[in-house]
Amino acid sequence: MTFADIRSRLASPTTPDGRAYWRSLDELANTPEFQDYVAREFPSQASEFNDPAGRRQFLKLMGASLALAGVSACTRQPDEAIVPYVRQPEEVIPGRPLFYATAMSEGGVGMALLAENHLGRPTKLEGNPEHPASLGATDIFGQAAVLSLYDPDRSRTLRYRGDTRTWTGFVTALQGALMTQSALEGAGLRILTEPITSPSLAAQMQMLLASLPQAKWHQWDAVYGTVQGGAPSATPLYNFKDADIVVALDADFMGFGASAVRYTKDFSSRRKIGTPTDQLNRLYVVEPIPTITGSKADHKVALKAADIHAAAAALAAAVGVPATAGASLGDKWQKTLPVMAADLLAHRGRSIVVAGPHQPAAVHALARAMNEALGNVGTTVTYTAPVTVTPADGVASLSALVADMQAGKVDVLVILGANPVFTAPADLDFTGALAKVATRIHLGLYYDETAELCDWHVPEAHFLESWGDLRSFDGTVTIQQPLIAPLYDGRQAIELLSTMNGAPGRSPAELIKEHWMQAFATRAFANAAGQPYASVDAFWRATLHEGFIASTSYLRAGAMATGVAANDAITAPAASVAGLEVVFRPDPHVLDGRHANNGWLQEVPKPLSKLTWDNAAYVSYATAEEYHLKNEDVIEITINGRTAKMPVWVMPGTADGVIGVFFGYGRVKAGRIGSNIGHNPFTLRTGAAPWFQGGATIVRTGEMHILASTQTHFAMEGRNPVRVVDSADYQADPSIVAHMSHFEVPPSLSLYPAFEYKGNKWGMAIDLNACNGCGVCIAACVSENNIPVVGKEQVKRSREMHWIRVDTYFEGDPAEPSGTYHQPLPCQQCENAPCEVVCPVAATVHSDEGLNDMVYNRCVGTRYCSNNCPYKVRRFNFMLYADFTTPELKAQRNPDVTIRSRGVMEKCTYCVQRINHARVDAKTGDRPIADGEVVTACQQACPAEAIVFGDLNNPESKVSQLAAQQRNYSLLDDLGTRPRTTYLAVVRNPNPALPTELPGGAKTSSH
Amino acid sequence: MDGTSNPQDPLGTVPVLAPGHSYRSMTDKLVGIVFSKNTPTAWFVFMAVGFTLLTVLTVSLCYLVLKGVGIWGNNVPVGWAFDIINFVWWIGIGHAGTLISAILLLFKQDWRTSINRFAEAMTLFAVACAAIFPIFHTGRPWLAAYWLFPYPNVMGLWPNFKSPLIWDVFAVSTYATVSALFWYVGLIPDLATFRDKAEKPWQKRIYGILAMGWRGSARHWFRYETAYLILAGLSTPLVLSVHTVVSFDFAVSNLPGWHATIFPPYFVAGAIYAGFAMVLTLAIPLRAIYKLHDFITMRHLENMAKVTLVTGLIVCYGYACEVFFGWYSGNQYERFMLQNRIISGPYAWSYWMLLLCNFLVPQLLWVKKYRRNIAILFTVSMFVNVGMWLERFVIIVTSLHRDFLPGSWDMYYPTRWDFMTFFGTIGLFLTLMFLFVRVLPMISIFEMRTLLPEASPKHKSEGGAH
Repeated sequence: MTFADIRSRLASPTTPDGRAYWRSLDELANTPEFQDYVAREFPSQASEFNDPAGRRQFLKLMGASLALAGVSACTRQPDEAIVPYVRQPEEVIPGRPLFYATAMSEGGVGMALLAENHLGRPTKLEGNPEHPASLGATDIFGQAAVLSLYDPDRSRTLRYRGDTRTWTGFVTALQGALMTQSALEGAGLRILTEPITSPSLAAQMQMLLASLPQAKWHQWDAVYGTVQGGAPSATPLYNFKDADIVVALDADFMGFGASAVRYTKDFSSRRKIGTPTDQLNRLYVVEPIPTITGSKADHKVALKAADIHAAAAALAAAVGVPATAGASLGDKWQKTLPVMAADLLAHRGRSIVVAGPHQPAAVHALARAMNEALGNVGTTVTYTAPVTVTPADGVASLSALVADMQAGKVDVLVILGANPVFTAPADLDFTGALAKVATRIHLGLYYDETAELCDWHVPEAHFLESWGDLRSFDGTVTIQQPLIAPLYDGRQAIELLSTMNGAPGRSPAELIKEHWMQAFATRAFANAAGQPYASVDAFWRATLHEGFIASTSYLRAGAMATGVAANDAITAPAASVAGLEVVFRPDPHVLDGRHANNGWLQEVPKPLSKLTWDNAAYVSYATAEEYHLKNEDVIEITINGRTAKMPVWVMPGTADGVIGVFFGYGRVKAGRIGSNIGHNPFTLRTGAAPWFQGGATIVRTGEMHILASTQTHFAMEGRNPVRVVDSADYQADPSIVAHMSHFEVPPSLSLYPAFEYKGNKWGMAIDLNACNGCGVCIAACVSENNIPVVGKEQVKRSREMHWIRVDTYFEGDPAEPSGTYHQPLPCQQCENAPCEVVCPVAATVHSDEGLNDMVYNRCVGTRYCSNNCPYKVRRFNFMLYADFTTPELKAQRNPDVTIRSRGVMEKCTYCVQRINHARVDAKTGDRPIADGEVVTACQQACPAEAIVFGDLNNPESKVSQLAAQQRNYSLLDDLGTRPRTTYLAVVRNPNPALPTELPGGAKTSSH
Repeated sequence: MDGTSNPQDPLGTVPVLAPGHSYRSMTDKLVGIVFSKNTPTAWFVFMAVGFTLLTVLTVSLCYLVLKGVGIWGNNVPVGWAFDIINFVWWIGIGHAGTLISAILLLFKQDWRTSINRFAEAMTLFAVACAAIFPIFHTGRPWLAAYWLFPYPNVMGLWPNFKSPLIWDVFAVSTYATVSALFWYVGLIPDLATFRDKAEKPWQKRIYGILAMGWRGSARHWFRYETAYLILAGLSTPLVLSVHTVVSFDFAVSNLPGWHATIFPPYFVAGAIYAGFAMVLTLAIPLRAIYKLHDFITMRHLENMAKVTLVTGLIVCYGYACEVFFGWYSGNQYERFMLQNRIISGPYAWSYWMLLLCNFLVPQLLWVKKYRRNIAILFTVSMFVNVGMWLERFVIIVTSLHRDFLPGSWDMYYPTRWDFMTFFGTIGLFLTLMFLFVRVLPMISIFEMRTLLPEASPKHKSEGGAH
């Protein structure tokens, strides 16, 4: 059976009613042929070889493929009728995308997006440039979300104990269950959700709880809603733009949470220096395991997570907060502490102390006390009420639920979106308790571990198929609008709640609109300029267009419904526990496993370690030496009798005695991509200590687990690919960056005349001082340029296809690196490109705008260009990596970019399709392309605004000005390749009172 | 002067042809190898091994076309690995044939007569094996097979003449053509002998067609001599040019470890070195199987051993130059490349193995006793075969795997398909070689006749091939 058969079977009996369409697909999915088809991972041949009849066919095919290899170039394309619209839909121009504002939820908190829509198909997500949480950039989840929309493994059918049912059937059953409950005032009804900020969803929930007062609402989220040692009573909002000194206490404010994009933007704006005399901010970081925030630190001290409280207390005492300083925390800390405190005191009102979300409320209380004592509150820090509707401590909430379930008090459990069977703390037997619930209902994107154990499973609509509203981290209400009708008959949580409230059949669109119509009547909303809306219609239209209601930001007076709670009590730190400390962290890309089936997120290397497709346990060099561990050794970690196996990754910058364990892997029901990869450390994680716990022991099991990292060498070998200087040195002599080249680079000695560029001359500048290595650019590039996923085995063979990579280098002693630097590396588009001369078929040629064009059709795949590329930015299709067969994925692709087949070299093209669109627009308007009109995908997504693209022929363009900076240098300039992409050197701002070591070549111009 | 030995043998101790042969006995012996009903068992053994490996080649190439070059271990940064190593190795082996046929002919070295025919055949077959790699190592061999040639087309597309790979295409295809012609022209008089000696009509027919009506008239001989000499003259520069051009694939690039001006002479010497080692590797067993001790004498083996030793020393001089230039350049990338290649890199073992095979072991050949010991000679030649393969491994893989930016460094590991393709080409080579031995004269009969005492007295000074 082939896809053609499936397609034809689908095509024949469908009715205009979408439900029938999908039901027929489901029936189809259960046919033996289809099961067989799905079972074969490589439908074209693989399983054939074991079967004698199949093998004959296989060999025949092989022979034929060899014989007909040459003929394949002459295959006739199938005839397709192209029919023009009879009635052209408004605003739709084939070939030109439309953009709509929407938002995605990260732990309930909104990330504002603009979705690119090609003829009704969302293909790419960008940040909403007007929205305060995005300002045009996104995080990696925003970039990758569009793939999840088209994920063929998403749940497609409503099921009752595994059998297909209809929505009507479900509603009848639900109403029956609710009928019983309403007699009990809902005493047996429990609803479990993830953290919720959505005002409309909360309103539905409150309505339900009002009508069934004995019913209870619980929240659980292993990543965002889990706190250790209590949740702080107020939420801080930071203004990094105005902060000269930042102290991060185990706070990865640039890498974790829905606020990270905005914080990265603000922080990085203080790292980009236009002139040598510009003042940089200074970042102190204290953290147990390295984060991207820590990699930007001017001074970093690695401490155990349990010692952060003592460190915070000591710092608080030093800046005048009445706190008890604990015992000494080691030499480095003792040296850093007074300098850090003095720096903070010298920058009253212009500094920030940030406490991380994985630290207990006590640390947050200290941080708040410090910010208050330093006069930062109101200038750089604002304390607000939490944006989530009920700021429940997820562990406490889930524990209460499990206790009720165990006690048999729960008859109906409705799980909206969460996957507690996989993510619940190990000391709560959620799975066991679930068995005692009579009616279990699950709404989720996937038929996952939890869905499998529930009676009813309702497929959830993806956020790109949904109406909704979310608050972003600063409280701004952000509207979700669907880009496409639900592909798989998915339902939304609000639909389900509305049904439970006795109003089945109301569409989410109606519910959301109605909620905000009512809100408009009672509250005075204003747009970003502070102007009130003329009418309710104008309000709704403008809100959908902008994507958010500006006046709802908690930073605006009167926006918060409740006041800000007073600071929590400051308590004395507890003594740290002996033995190894296990620090739990969500995987930076798959989180708690919710994104496990997203191939892009699996394959984009994780920041710092560059691991793909796996999680690992970070240990420091010293710890590795002490326990005789090396990379890929599998260890068994034991805490209080609970064990988990994890492969080791020796990570410079990890605190000694800490095992940094990332959870989110080891799923069994994630889908074809995410199931059965990695290791599951949830078996160690308890409700009492979800983020760190001391007293662990480890044993080497003797097993090895292969880890696929895209980078194998993290030292610069004295080559200074990243040029690093101290701000003091740079101010004293700005030419220091140019002198860090290994040779004085002669002007080009080419025999050929130089290229002439009469029109545009494209170039890029990447500010390494702003880049924090988060890897969003990679995901953006993957999404924009239809880059295939190759899988762990191919990554291990160093065949990943990413057109831009981020190299990370550690400086100094690997046991305690003095610096961590990131270098995004797209094609450098060399003026004297080594790849161009060596291609025998002229498949890579220079364009008249300076691009190093890649002609896929002409490429025969000798790989000589890659060998001769000193930057190794070319990627080769060693196998057929592009997925030409999965029909769902076809809709996802960017129609402006060719899908590359087997045997072809590919590489970054500076998003030439975007240049071409801009050129068409400019020609139509009879004007030159304006600066900033062409934005590459990596540039657009970068939260740090580290990447700038533009016309080097225009001296006014941003990129020309960056190229003219003295911080600007060309990578490997001594080779004479004259790259178009240039870098701006890292200028660190260490405290002069606390010198750090810098790379050998930095202080002196080496030869 | 001993009439049975070569008049130009300065030592005059070992003859190039054992005494006691006449025109008839020699012709019968050499023709009998083909027409004999008693094919030696060893032939069947070698043929079986060769054909089995050839099947392995067929399977691996089919799978390659089906799945892509990803079945090999190549990656980014190591874009070339076994594929190009094997290509250069085979092309190198091919050099000895032309050198023996053409250059030694022009230098009037009579001892070449007994070995030139199968050395030429070896050249052809080695080039055939080599040619597989540049085509099949590409991502889209069905296009590479003709897009690399300049052919007029409606798109007005031409290859990129700046690319060394295009030079390669010209160099290798020219070499293959000239070698084939030279070999065939040299065969014509012997094919006529076969036609005359054949008993079965179909044999007569086939050999007759191939002999192109050769009657051995004086006019024929005159034309033949002229043509053969011209072809020898054409082949001579090719011996130097082919491997020079192949070395440009590396020397023209900017990669430390490739980007070296020493490459052309060093590659040519290496090719002759490898070629002579391979001739020894083939001659020793063939001599034993077909009892050719009268025709391939100790003198031949010793001479070949001497050439091997000399070219081996040139190659080692090349190694020394590479190291010196790398250090003397003061370029940190070059210096790192050397350190990585020789001392600290993960592939340093291959460099030391290379020195063992190509430098240490061949020093045995300084000693006459060892040069005359068949077992030692064969062992040394096998070491050189392995060593020359390792040389290309060192140059290609260790240079590529760690180049300029440490962030892009990675390791290369061959897969089973890499080995299957490589051993498969050895199978192709063996099959072709033993088919050749079975159906064509592996020693030039008419040229051997000139070594007989009857042939020499009157035209001593002329020597050469009559």
